Amino acid sequence: MNNFNYIKAQSVQDAAQHVGKNDQAKIIAGGTNIIDLMKYFVTTADVLVDINHITANKEITEKEDGGLHLGALVSNADTAYHPVVEERYPLLSKAILAGASAQIRNMATNGGNLLQRTRCYYFYDVNTPCNKRQPGTGCSAIKGYNRIMAIMGTSENCIAVFPSDMCVALAALNAVVQISGNNGNRSLHFADFHRLPGDTPHLDNNLQPGEIITGIDLPAAGFAKNYSYLKLRDRNSYAFALVSVATALELENGFIKEARIALGGLAHKPWRVQEAETFLQTKIPSAENFAAAADIILDGAVGFKYNDFKIAMAKKAIVRNCMMALNPETQLPGAQPSA
Amino acid sequence: MKPSLNKTTIMSPSSATATISLNINHEQKELTVRPWVSLLDALRDHLDLTGTKKGCDHGQCGACTVICDDKRILSCLTLAVMKNGSAITTIEGIAQHGELHPLQQAFIEHDAFQCGYCTPGQICSAIGMLKEGKAKTRADVKELMSGNLCRCGANIGIINAIMEVKEGGLHE
Repeated sequence: MNNFNYIKAQSVQDAAQHVGKNDQAKIIAGGTNIIDLMKYFVTTADVLVDINHITANKEITEKEDGGLHLGALVSNADTAYHPVVEERYPLLSKAILAGASAQIRNMATNGGNLLQRTRCYYFYDVNTPCNKRQPGTGCSAIKGYNRIMAIMGTSENCIAVFPSDMCVALAALNAVVQISGNNGNRSLHFADFHRLPGDTPHLDNNLQPGEIITGIDLPAAGFAKNYSYLKLRDRNSYAFALVSVATALELENGFIKEARIALGGLAHKPWRVQEAETFLQTKIPSAENFAAAADIILDGAVGFKYNDFKIAMAKKAIVRNCMMALNPETQLPGAQPSA
Repeated sequence: MKPSLNKTTIMSPSSATATISLNINHEQKELTVRPWVSLLDALRDHLDLTGTKKGCDHGQCGACTVICDDKRILSCLTLAVMKNGSAITTIEGIAQHGELHPLQQAFIEHDAFQCGYCTPGQICSAIGMLKEGKAKTRADVKELMSGNLCRCGANIGIINAIMEVKEGGLHE
């Protein structure tokens, strides 16, 4: 790690001012990602601004519109085990608990989960070119060992994936990100928060310099009756997703009224395809229809040799997860064969 | 593209070090640390509490697990300055009145280690897990202990030891 100064922020405004005036000032909350990145010199900072003492962002509160506000500084564990989240947003709870380890979930915050960096091997290896770490140097992954990389929404500059599980569920639930900065407050729909790499892969999301996430709002619809989260990975616990799927269904008289399917491990952001979800509306919730939706979702997927397997794996994962969502009691979080 | 150490860092004397107060194993300690000192290094190098182990130093192995304000955390991914005012329990602090903690006793009885390097982290993590109260089954215990790796392969003994304490309610 490089040497740095440490400042304890007293308020969101205080923190925003510190990071707004100095691009080498970085926010630290749970620290589980930034400290790791700093130990590898992937990230450096002159100043770390500790926001852990800002009490305003440490609560989960019910909203008047029936939704739920998740404070940015609530830990991933406290969010996953919150009684309202467990009861009304079990998809979010399952997705959070599929990620990281218990210790890391105790430390990592909700805001930080959205801002974690890719686990691309080349991004982490400062001796290799990487457009995300150092713009203009090239992408080592495209022709390198790319087993964990993206198959959707890639660019010639970057094929990294966004590693979060929590965010896959937040995407499916149409969450809204609350942001505060030197120019006031704003909110972003979850789909607009993270970016595709394009020709600016160094930008993971649309947060502007000096802006801070204060919370995440969940709409009232939590899809607690028909949901499932499936995560396929090299180990059955404490590993990042090769492919993950969050499914939320609303059924009416045996037909699909609304379907949400979000995927992780496939792209630079949680991946949703509106066309596939529209296709499923008014259809019977059958494996055939889910397979057809999977074909729509994976249309245009491109592998880079070592990650070609993800295309077929994602299709099967979608079908299996949507079937499990019909009876959430049957869902298995990992790669065990379903009974 | 070699990392440039101290590239832009200009330390102001007032903030180059911080004096912090930690309650370690029920004893109040004051120490002066640089901002970039991890809680793990503060414990081992500043407080001579070498029971907490440095395995990977990147949050992958769990050997550095300690209990901070009643929650199990990774001391390698935490800065000591961030924990000013916190209460921390390490492996040195879990035996009470000269008696081994039930988990320590169970680890001995179930041969839950070979080299022992992961053991302090395993035991602190298990204490945290039992306190969390989320594990109902053996499968739950395995899942919720997945952040602690044992390269010797003593996992079956480790889970057996934890299950015995959990089933016996000995941790309460």
